[in-house]
Amino acid sequence: MLAYMTKRLLLALLTVWAISVLSFIIIQLPPGDFVDAYIANLSASGSVVSMAEAESLRILYGLDQPIYVQYGKWMLRVLAGDFGESMEWKRPVIVVIGDRLWLTVVLSFAALILTWGLALPIGIYSAVRQYSFGDYVFTFIGFIGLAVPNFLLALVIMYFSFTLFGANVGGLFSPEYDLAPWGWGKVWDLIKHLPLPAAILALAGTAQLIRIMRANLLDELRRPYVVTARAKGLPDTRVILKYPVRAALNPFASTIAYLFPYLVSGSIIISLVLSLPTVGPLLLKSLIAQDMFLAGTIILLLGVLTVIGTFISDLILMWVDPRIRYQMD
Amino acid sequence: MAEPAVLEVEDLKTYFRSEEGIVRAVDGVSFEVRAGRTLGIVGESGCGKSITARSILGIVDRPGRIEAGSIRLMPSEPGQPAVDLAKLDPAGAQMRAIRGKEIALIFQEPMSSFSHHYTIGNQIIESIRLHSTLSASEARARAVELLRMVGVPRPERRIDEYPFQLSGGLRQRVMIAMALACDPRILIADEPTTALDVTTQAQVLDLLRSLQRERGLALILITHDMGVIAEMADEVVVMYLGRAVERGPVDDIFHAPKHPYTQALLRSIPSIMAEPRSRLATVSGSIPHPFNRPTGCPFHPRCPDFMPGLCETAEPPALIDATGEREVACFLHGGRP
Amino acid sequence: MKLAHFFGFGRTAEIGSAEDRLAQASQLKLTWWRFRRHKLAVASAVIVILFYLVAVFADFLAYSDPHDTDSRRSYIPPQAINFIDDGAFRPYIYGLKGTRDMRTFRISYQPDLSRKVYLTFFAEGYSYRLLGLIPTNRHLIGLVDPRPEDNLFILGSDLLGRDLWSRLMVATRVSLTIGLAGVTVSLFLGVLLGGVSAIYGGAVDMAVQRLIEIIRSMPTIPLWMGLAAALPQSWSVLQVYFAITVLISLLGWTDLARVVRGKFLALREEDFVTAAELAGAGQMRIVFRHMLPSFLSHVIAATSLVLPAMIISETSLSFLGLGLRPPAISWGILLQDAQNIETLALAPWLLMAAIPVIVVILAFNFLGDGLRDAADPYG
Repeated sequence: MLAYMTKRLLLALLTVWAISVLSFIIIQLPPGDFVDAYIANLSASGSVVSMAEAESLRILYGLDQPIYVQYGKWMLRVLAGDFGESMEWKRPVIVVIGDRLWLTVVLSFAALILTWGLALPIGIYSAVRQYSFGDYVFTFIGFIGLAVPNFLLALVIMYFSFTLFGANVGGLFSPEYDLAPWGWGKVWDLIKHLPLPAAILALAGTAQLIRIMRANLLDELRRPYVVTARAKGLPDTRVILKYPVRAALNPFASTIAYLFPYLVSGSIIISLVLSLPTVGPLLLKSLIAQDMFLAGTIILLLGVLTVIGTFISDLILMWVDPRIRYQMD
Repeated sequence: MAEPAVLEVEDLKTYFRSEEGIVRAVDGVSFEVRAGRTLGIVGESGCGKSITARSILGIVDRPGRIEAGSIRLMPSEPGQPAVDLAKLDPAGAQMRAIRGKEIALIFQEPMSSFSHHYTIGNQIIESIRLHSTLSASEARARAVELLRMVGVPRPERRIDEYPFQLSGGLRQRVMIAMALACDPRILIADEPTTALDVTTQAQVLDLLRSLQRERGLALILITHDMGVIAEMADEVVVMYLGRAVERGPVDDIFHAPKHPYTQALLRSIPSIMAEPRSRLATVSGSIPHPFNRPTGCPFHPRCPDFMPGLCETAEPPALIDATGEREVACFLHGGRP
Repeated sequence: MKLAHFFGFGRTAEIGSAEDRLAQASQLKLTWWRFRRHKLAVASAVIVILFYLVAVFADFLAYSDPHDTDSRRSYIPPQAINFIDDGAFRPYIYGLKGTRDMRTFRISYQPDLSRKVYLTFFAEGYSYRLLGLIPTNRHLIGLVDPRPEDNLFILGSDLLGRDLWSRLMVATRVSLTIGLAGVTVSLFLGVLLGGVSAIYGGAVDMAVQRLIEIIRSMPTIPLWMGLAAALPQSWSVLQVYFAITVLISLLGWTDLARVVRGKFLALREEDFVTAAELAGAGQMRIVFRHMLPSFLSHVIAATSLVLPAMIISETSLSFLGLGLRPPAISWGILLQDAQNIETLALAPWLLMAAIPVIVVILAFNFLGDGLRDAADPYG
C-alpha cells in the first residue's frame, strides 16, 4: 500500500515537473524576451530606454544566462510564490488571477460531483434494466453528450435560453455580487449560478461514464458471485448494490484520474462562451496579448491543481479496491 | 425407503422466451430428494441441469421463467403444509426466507463465486445474520466455527482474508461453510469439483459426504462427471436437452442403463480395465442448437437405436416402473403411440 | 449476447460448413464479417465516406467563392429553393432586391418575391482545380443569368456576406483532413512508442508508460492553447495547419500506444507466435507476418475512435481563435463567428456549422464502436 502511494506520488511530482517545463517553454516561445516586451511597453507610454539600460535589465532578470539556468531561477521564484508580473495588467500575476483559479476548481469540482452523481445511478439503472425504455433514453442522451463538444452545447443552450426566455445564462454571479467581497451571500449566489455551467461541463463526461458503468455492470451481473449472493436469500437490490456495483466501481473509479483534467480543460472553453469568471477567458486574453508570464502561470497552476485532483482520485481508487491495498492482482 | 422426501419436483418446466424463439431449458423434469441422501443430476453441458437447480432456488435469470410444474418443499415441522416454490414470487420475502436458509447452493467456480471486494468473513456473516437474530459478534463466532468445521486451518485469521488470498481448495471449503451457515436441509452442489485438481476434488467430496452424514443433509449433486455420480449419488437423474431421459437408483443406472443416452454416457467413461490403445467411446454427434430442437425424442439424431418413423415423430412418455423409482423415456421400453 | 451463447450450448451441424469457412478466413476478413452485422456501424461508415466525398469535391459542391466578401449582403437568411415551377421540375429561388436605408444610406438586400431566378446544374462559377489537378470552373449548381445583386445563399450568409454553404463545404475538407493528418501522426507515434514499449520492455517500457500517464493527467486544452498561441503570427496558413496538426497529435497518441502495447503483449503469449518462434522465424518476420495482421483491426478501431477527438480538438482550438487562422476555413472558424449571443440572435443560421460536426463525430463513434466489437468480440 505504501509502495503504491509512493509510486503515485512520484508520478504526480514528475507530472508537475513536466508541466512546469512546458509552461516555461510557453513563456519562452514568443520571439523576443521579457525585456523586449517591457521596453516596447515603456516606449508605448513615451519613455525611452537605452541599449545599456536594456542590457542591465537583462542581467537583472538573468536573461543573459543559459536557458536551463533561467528555468531554474524561474522555478525558484515560483516556489517562493513569486510568479512574476503581468505585462498587460502591470500587476503581480497572482493578483490578476485572484479568485479565478479557485472558481475554476469549484466549477470543475462541481461538474465532477455532478458527473459522478448522475453517471453512477443512471449506469446502474441502464445495466439492471438493459433494453428498457429508460435505458434507450439514457443511451440516446449519452450519444448526444458524446458527440456535441461542450462549447457547442453551451452555445446552443445560451441561444435557446436567450430566444425562449430572454435570459442571459452567462456568469457565475448576479451583478450585485460580482465585485462584492466574499461572504455567505456571495457564496449562496455562486451556488445558485453553478448548476447550469456545471451541467454543460459534465454532460460529455457523464455520457462516457454511464457507458463505462453500464458495460462494467453488465459484465459483473453475469458473474457467479451474483448467483451466490442471490442464493443466500438477499433481496435483489441489496445483492446488486453490495456485489456487482461494488466490483463495477473499480474500473469506474480509475477513470476519475482522467476525468478531472478533462473537466478542467473543458471549463476553459465553456467559460469563454458563457463568460464565466474562471481562468479560461483570462488565459485566452493573455495568450492573445502575449502576456506570457500570466499565461504560463495559469497553465502551471491549472496543471498542478489537476495533478493534485488526480492524486486524490488515486487515493480513492486505492480505498475502493482491496487488491491494490494488498498489492495483488 | 425410510427417509422422508424433503423436496418433490414434478414436471418442472423452465423456458426462456426471447425474440429468437423459446429455449426449453428444463422441459418436464420430476424427482424427489430425501434427507440424508444424494440425488445426482447428470448430463452434458447445456442439458438444463443448472437451470433446474436455479429453478428450485427461484434465481433463474430473465427472460427465464418457470412455466409449469411444482417444486414442493416439505415442512420442517410436521403438521405444516408443504410450500410450492414454483408458485412463489421469486423476489418475494417468503422465497428469500427459504433461499439460503432451507436450501443452499454451492457451485462451480470457487474463484468467481466469491466477491473479491469483501473478506470471506463478511460474506459468511452476511448469510448468517440474514436468516437469524444473532449479533455481529455471535455471527462472527459462528462463522469461525463453520470454517473450522469445513477444515480451514486457523479460521480466526482466515476469516479476515479476501478470497483471492486463498487457494482453490480452501475457497471451495469456505464456499461450503457459507452454504451451511444457516443449517439448510437441502444443499445443491452445482459441479462442486469441476474446477479443482483431482486430490482436492476427493477431499471436497469427502467433506460433503461427512457433512451430509452428520447433519442429515439432502444433497442435490449436479455434474457431468459419471465418476462423481458413482461415488456420491444414491439416486440419479439423467438429463438431455431439458428432459429427464432416465431416473433410478445409482446401481440400476450403472448396471442396467435403459436409455440409449445413458448407455452412451457410460461407455464414454475412461476405464483402467479397458484394452490399451482402444478408442474411448464418445456420444456421436453434438448437442443441437437450443433453437433447433429436434422433433420427437430430442436424442433421436444421435441415437444408435433410432427407429425411423417413430422417434422423430412423437415424444416418448416417461415410463415409471412398479417401484416408482425407475423411470425412462424411450420407445425401446414401450409407450408407443 | 445471444442466449445460446449464455447457456454454453454447442453449435449445430448446420453451422459446420460455416465453421470451415471461419477457420480459413484471415483476421481482417473475420473482422469484416462481424462488422457487417452492426447495422448502425455500417450506416455510420457510409456517412463517414459521404463526408470524405464532400471533402474531396468541396469546390465542386460549393457554388460561390468562399472568400468572396460583400458587406452589403451581410446576414442574409437561408433561401428556400423551390423545386416545382408551373408543374415542372425547375428549381428556382427568389432574387434579391437592394433597398437603401434612409438613415445610414447603405444598401442592404432582401428577397424580391416578384422575381424568380432559376438554378442550373453544372453551372460555371469561380475557378478551381478538381482533385487539386484539373483546372475547371464547373460547380454542382449555379444561377441562370443572375443580375449582379442576385446571389444564392442556401444556408444564408455571414457578417461579411460570404456564402455559408460554400464555406461549409471547404471547411469540411479542412477539418476532416486535419483530423486525418493528425491521426496519421498520432498513429505513427502510437505504433512506434507502443511497439517499442512492448518489444523492449524494462526501462523503455517504464519510461513510455510514465510518459503516457503524465500526458493523460495534464489538462490538454490550456496546454494546446499555450502552444498554439506561441506559433509565430507570420506563419502562413499552411504552416499553421501543419503546426496545429502536430500539436493535436502530440497529445493524442497515448490511446493508440496503449492499444498497440496491450495487444502486442497479449499476442506475444499466443501459441501461433511461439510456434513461429520455434520454427525459427526472425523477429521482424514474426512482427510483420504474424502479429501485425492480428492487431491491425484493433488499431483501425482505436484509430476511428481517436479521429473524432482530433476533429473536436481542432474545432475547439479554431473556435477559440488559437487554431487555424482566417483566411483558412474550418468548422471551428465558422463557429467562431457564432460565438456571442448578439450574433446568434441576429443570425441563428450560423449555428448550422455545428450540425456536420455533431453528425461526423457521432458517425465516427458508432463506426469505431462497431469496429472494436468486430475486432474483439470479447473486448
